[in-house]
Amino acid sequence: MSNQQETFGKTMIVVLAVCLVCSIIVAGAAVGLRPLQIKNKEIDKQSNILAVAGLETEKSVSEIFSSNIQTKLVDLSTGEFAADDPSYDQRAAAKDPATSIKLTAEQNVAKIGRRANLATVYLVSDDNGQLQRIILPVHGAGLWSTMYAFVAIQPDGNTIDAITYYDQGETPGLGGEVQNPRWRSHFVGKELFDENGSPAIKITKGQAPADSKHEIDGLSGATLTSVGVEHTFTFWLGEQGFGPFLTKVREGALNNG
Amino acid sequence: MAKPGELREVLTSPVVNNNPIALQILGVCSALAVTTTLETAVVMTLAVIFVTAFSNLFISMIRNFIPNSVRIIVQMAIIASLVIVVDQVLRAYAYGLSTQLSVYVGLIITNCIVMGRAEAFAMKNKPFPSFMDGIGNGLGYGFILVLVGGFRELFGAGALFGIEILPLTSNGGWYQSNGLLLLPPSAFFIIGGIIWAIRVARPDQVEPKE
Repeated sequence: MSNQQETFGKTMIVVLAVCLVCSIIVAGAAVGLRPLQIKNKEIDKQSNILAVAGLETEKSVSEIFSSNIQTKLVDLSTGEFAADDPSYDQRAAAKDPATSIKLTAEQNVAKIGRRANLATVYLVSDDNGQLQRIILPVHGAGLWSTMYAFVAIQPDGNTIDAITYYDQGETPGLGGEVQNPRWRSHFVGKELFDENGSPAIKITKGQAPADSKHEIDGLSGATLTSVGVEHTFTFWLGEQGFGPFLTKVREGALNNG
Repeated sequence: MAKPGELREVLTSPVVNNNPIALQILGVCSALAVTTTLETAVVMTLAVIFVTAFSNLFISMIRNFIPNSVRIIVQMAIIASLVIVVDQVLRAYAYGLSTQLSVYVGLIITNCIVMGRAEAFAMKNKPFPSFMDGIGNGLGYGFILVLVGGFRELFGAGALFGIEILPLTSNGGWYQSNGLLLLPPSAFFIIGGIIWAIRVARPDQVEPKE
């Protein structure tokens, strides 16, 4: 490194040239790869939905989505279906004051702060067009992260068929076990609501009674994550969540078309 | 610098003799974070090899033009660009892995190994040896990462590359997994053990008593 480069002008030229080349490379990579990245996100989400849809067919992911799965928007305050909008992004909507509501301290059971006005639900039918499952997206705070899940319920609007946590940042091996298929299988057949129609899913510390309709074994070593899962259910089954929609489902709204 | 023997030395010495983690104690932070499973450790290794190799190459190519007063900033710009490219490529072609590695790919920018090699080697050597030095140091980093990742996944989760080796009691097997190994501090113990083992094998690495 001789001293001849040390003039102000040369320093500026070198720095600008390096910045220019670097920015072209970075911008090129970001723009060139974006379509693939968006497609990956979409496929990832779709395969998570399929994981709880319980369909046994030989069709490809996109075929299933066009033939067996209907994407619907639900107005959470009324429980009615809203007009379809394929570009609707519930997570983005939850951040926008125009398309979401701020939850009060009592309402904010799942510690999510804001809730979008519309929620995307997926209606799964078999090949004969018979409604099989309703898939609801839910999320709530665990110990470290917001945990996102899909819950598949039967057309009776009460019985859980499957659940999958697809996005969470809990401690691997402890709270991260929400993704464990063995733990998730405890949810199958549980009922969301008690006789009075109140949200009833409970995560019990230790072993849940074998004959319980609403209780699920807690995750050992992950009490706060378990509490987060329970609160997620309490919120999303309640009045601020899918409560009005599920009431309509239980009354048979989906059977009449 | 151009003799083949020296090139091989540049490539292989960082793996055990002059390992960036075990001897230079650089890049330990990311070694704690990404070694929960073997798969993330391997991908992180590949990403770091790519970044150290090419940042060394490019910095060495323009080393005679880099003004001394702003050399660190120029190095950072090149390293950061490469890291962003790696991150974007991972998101496009290995989406599942990129979500697991999350912020740690981005944090390669702050990995001391990359910058340390750029400053210590690439600024003083020709492009090809610098490239080799980058690969060598990436390999040295990866060697430790894979050892730690393999150990943690095998004994912490009873699996390697996600394939069950030791059936866990929670899945009806006989192996009671060690939960500590899934938490970052366990990597400290394992890396400490590796450093100890290397220094027993090569006593010349032991620092003289003060």
